[in-house]
Amino acid sequence: MQAVLPMLLALALLGGGAARADDSKRLRIITWSDYVPAEVIADFKKETGIQAEVTLSNNEEIISKLRATGGAGFDLAQPSQDRIVGAQQEFRIYKPFDLSQVRLDQFMPDLLATVRKNATLDGKLYGLPYVWGAEGLVVNSKRAKLADYGDLCRPEYKGKTSIRLRRPVLMAFAFASGKDPFALYGDIKAYSALMESVGRTLIACKPNFRFFFDNKDQALNGVRSGELVAAMMWDSGGWALNRENPDIRFINPKSGAIAWLDTFALPARGKNDAGAYAWINFTMRPAIAAKIAKSIGNFTASKGADELADPRLKAQFKESFPDGFRNVRWYPAIPAGLEEIEGKILDRIKAAD
Amino acid sequence: MPDATSGPAWERRLLLGLLLAPALLWLFALIVLPQIDLALLSFRERVAPREYVASLAQYRTFFAEPLYWHVFVRTAVMSLAATLATLLIAFPVAWTIAKLLRGRLSALLFVVCLIPFWVSETVRTLGWMILLRESGVLPALLAHLGVTAAPVELLYHDATILVGLVYTSLLFMVVPLVSSLESLDNSLIEAAYDLGGSGWSILREIVIPHAAPGITAGCIVVFMLMLGNYLTPTLLGGKSSQWFTEQIYTQFIVRFNWEQGAAFGFLLLALSTSMVWLGLKLSGQRFGDVMRRT
Amino acid sequence: MSAAGTGQDAATHDLDVRGAVKRFADHVAVDQLSFSVARGSFFSILGPSGCGKTTLLRMIAGFIQPDDGEILIGGRSMAGVGPNRRPVNMVFQQLALFPMMSVGDNVAFGLARRGVARAERLRRAQAMLERVGLGGAARKKVDELSGGQRQRVAIARSLVLEPTLLLLDEPLGALDLKLREHMKIELKQLQAAFGTTFVYITHDQSEALVLSDHVGVMNRGRFEQQGTPQQLYYEPATPFVAGFVGANNRIVGRATGVAGAIVSITSEQGWLIRARSATAIAAGTAVEAFVRPEVAVLARAAADLPAGQPAHGGEVESLLFDGANSAVLLRERQSRVEFRIALPQTGQFADLRVGEPIHFSFDPARAVCFPAGVAHA
Ligand SMILES: Nc1ncnc2c1ncn2[C@@H]1O[C@H](COP(=O)(O)OP(=O)(O)OP(=O)(O)O)[C@@H](O)[C@H]1O
Ligand SMILES: [Mg+2]
Repeated sequence: MQAVLPMLLALALLGGGAARADDSKRLRIITWSDYVPAEVIADFKKETGIQAEVTLSNNEEIISKLRATGGAGFDLAQPSQDRIVGAQQEFRIYKPFDLSQVRLDQFMPDLLATVRKNATLDGKLYGLPYVWGAEGLVVNSKRAKLADYGDLCRPEYKGKTSIRLRRPVLMAFAFASGKDPFALYGDIKAYSALMESVGRTLIACKPNFRFFFDNKDQALNGVRSGELVAAMMWDSGGWALNRENPDIRFINPKSGAIAWLDTFALPARGKNDAGAYAWINFTMRPAIAAKIAKSIGNFTASKGADELADPRLKAQFKESFPDGFRNVRWYPAIPAGLEEIEGKILDRIKAAD
Repeated sequence: MPDATSGPAWERRLLLGLLLAPALLWLFALIVLPQIDLALLSFRERVAPREYVASLAQYRTFFAEPLYWHVFVRTAVMSLAATLATLLIAFPVAWTIAKLLRGRLSALLFVVCLIPFWVSETVRTLGWMILLRESGVLPALLAHLGVTAAPVELLYHDATILVGLVYTSLLFMVVPLVSSLESLDNSLIEAAYDLGGSGWSILREIVIPHAAPGITAGCIVVFMLMLGNYLTPTLLGGKSSQWFTEQIYTQFIVRFNWEQGAAFGFLLLALSTSMVWLGLKLSGQRFGDVMRRT
Repeated sequence: MSAAGTGQDAATHDLDVRGAVKRFADHVAVDQLSFSVARGSFFSILGPSGCGKTTLLRMIAGFIQPDDGEILIGGRSMAGVGPNRRPVNMVFQQLALFPMMSVGDNVAFGLARRGVARAERLRRAQAMLERVGLGGAARKKVDELSGGQRQRVAIARSLVLEPTLLLLDEPLGALDLKLREHMKIELKQLQAAFGTTFVYITHDQSEALVLSDHVGVMNRGRFEQQGTPQQLYYEPATPFVAGFVGANNRIVGRATGVAGAIVSITSEQGWLIRARSATAIAAGTAVEAFVRPEVAVLARAAADLPAGQPAHGGEVESLLFDGANSAVLLRERQSRVEFRIALPQTGQFADLRVGEPIHFSFDPARAVCFPAGVAHA
């Protein structure tokens, strides 16, 4: 009986995309927008004959869709590194990598190490690094001066800022309040109290937010049209806007940008593992990775791709992070149960008047 | 002789059963089974990874956490208000179509009501957003005409949600109203007028009682559409839309909390069922009569 | 044309229509119509379908405005007065009872609109229902009543308001023959009992004749003649009235001789008859003559015919048995003109056979002729 709902949900979510004849000739990827440029798909097809099919999504939807199907429907997924272990423990939606199939020498060793630390369960590795970046503040410097997350709540910016009402904003405001939420991951009680207080801050700040954005385009449009003077957003988005309008800048807030690392993961019931390994090895070649980096506007985990990166992007990175990575926070894996606490806080912020 | 008659009758019933079987199975698989599945889900609680026990915790959370039932009540009240507004706007429109205009003009007005459905709900709602946002067309026009000093944000208000909901569901109110008003014999109105009735008393005593099944049908359909709407309130309402369907979506997709989502789903089902029941009771209608009108 | 419209004191009239005109596009539905209805009388408007009867009645009730002319009710001009403010009530062609209300509420509807208190209006509705013989029906629904009962409810619903004038638009049209006959008598009795002025529309001449004190015969938006039923029947003023009111034999021909009021006519087929002229007719003009079936006398032998009447001969064409209204259809011997004669009630000619030769005659003074084509455009 419990299988009916997942089946139907899966049907609905996949739009009835029933199995096609030759599974080895296609690779179904669920990922973020801009992560898989059309050019790379074409190159991959030319080389291997495999057609990559892309479904755009985000962390929560990746987990939900795979949960609904028990890990079927896709051959490759790209969740953030901190969201793998918890979901795997709870829903068993991934399968571990067979590292003999992966050219590990193509990856930057420190990012590989981060993933090994955060995405290993029962001694098996469930994620490989793909792209990394940070969330900080995008500011229209002509119209606003912000130094930290808390400045989004300054009275003069009432109705002119925006955030995405998801867990990163809770982390950001926790850091801004002078606490380290990651250090409290193990202490549910203290963590709850911290989240409660962050929730209160954000509820008080709610009049300042014009809207809570759901996708990158909505946020970009808000800043571009001038309706927003500042937003908490991804670095790549800020740099894209900066190319259109030099007044708009991505800044590393005083309490630190929060770095994310998105990965490759194998859905538990994917049908084309060989294709997935081929894709991973293909995209981590420095030349291909450079194309991807250009499409996303972020840096990849490919060793040697940085040298090939767009000089403009490098300049933007330098400007936003003058001190390099000294003031950047990396997500540790989320222990189970924390997201429920955060969920209630987020609901409360949403419902507050 | 009993065999001669009962044989074919029995066969006919079997045949009918066989003919209906696929439809019934389909209904069962698509509607009944998922509902049962959801019901079971809503009555369990996660105690540890992959470990669940039967419990009423999901429902308890709903009542214990004010924000959930606040959103629930708000959704119900706003849907109700929007339904009434739709009725008030649709009635004159339906009256014009059914009684005042003939032939081509009446068809034309009907088509006007259909226009919102020529584009998908997403496009329609995004259209509203483009019109109403601060840098959009309408605020610019208002500022230009001097109604407001500077362009104002018309999005993200409760009134905007109401406007969007009414716009989307007008047709579902107009159709049953037109069909019930068309069946109202004009001579009844004339007779009432002749007997001394005024416009208002004729509306109250003759037109509304006659159109009651149509009104009830329209209100039920529109109310359920509004309760179940997701895009319009979330997009037009913005950061404070607080629609209950959004809560359900969040629980299922963002929080992976299917148990809570299922419980919320059931609460919404209970709400719409009880509102329909109440509506029928208040208007003294029978469900079958009303549904024939839709 | 008639004395009813002029010369009398308007105060004794409940209804005065003066030169009313109603046009629909290029079609004139009511054309310069004038008439008056005396207080307490039963006035019928008789005319064929489409002649403008309903249009006239709806102008009186106030649902449509006349393009020209004036309507007075109880001596008061009705210009600009809405239907809900006129002292007139109407019984609709399809009755238009309110199906969403009980019979009692239907009758009490008008009283409620006048602000009569609930208890009082229920009492009055009940009393009215009793007067029309439906004392036990107040709580029933409209669709639980028979056709005749509904008819009475429709009338009671109007009469309870004690209108100056009650307008009835073919109220018996939807009933079957038997019930219609019965309701005719009831209507007459109701009108007598209430004393309300009735203006009654019908295209059935027998209804008009039986019920009315006065009848206006309407054709193409005008009145051809107004008068008592007897006047219309025995002294039709136009060929249309002669043809429309009661059964009549119509003979078309030319005046060949005029002797005072009696005109000699030769029909197109060459049959020679005599008839009284309704207006002055010169010899040689084309005429139409009308002879009522009951005016002619039958005889097996020419000698048995009344003396002093021109004798005619013919053959039985067919027998039209209809009880008391039985008739024989025959053909004049030479001209083969068809002619209808009522059979006497005595049963004297019950044994007539088709093809049998027969003699007949009629009093020329009781036949009437008109110049052809007048008022017939
Ligand atoms: N609203 C209208 N618009 C146009 N023409 C009309 C309208 N009402 C009536 N007529 C025309 O006026 C003429 C008279 O119509 P009316 O209904 O008065 O006839 P009537 O004598 O009542 O006929 P019946 O005995 O069939 O009821 C008809 O030719 C009809 O077509
Ligand atoms: Mg008529």
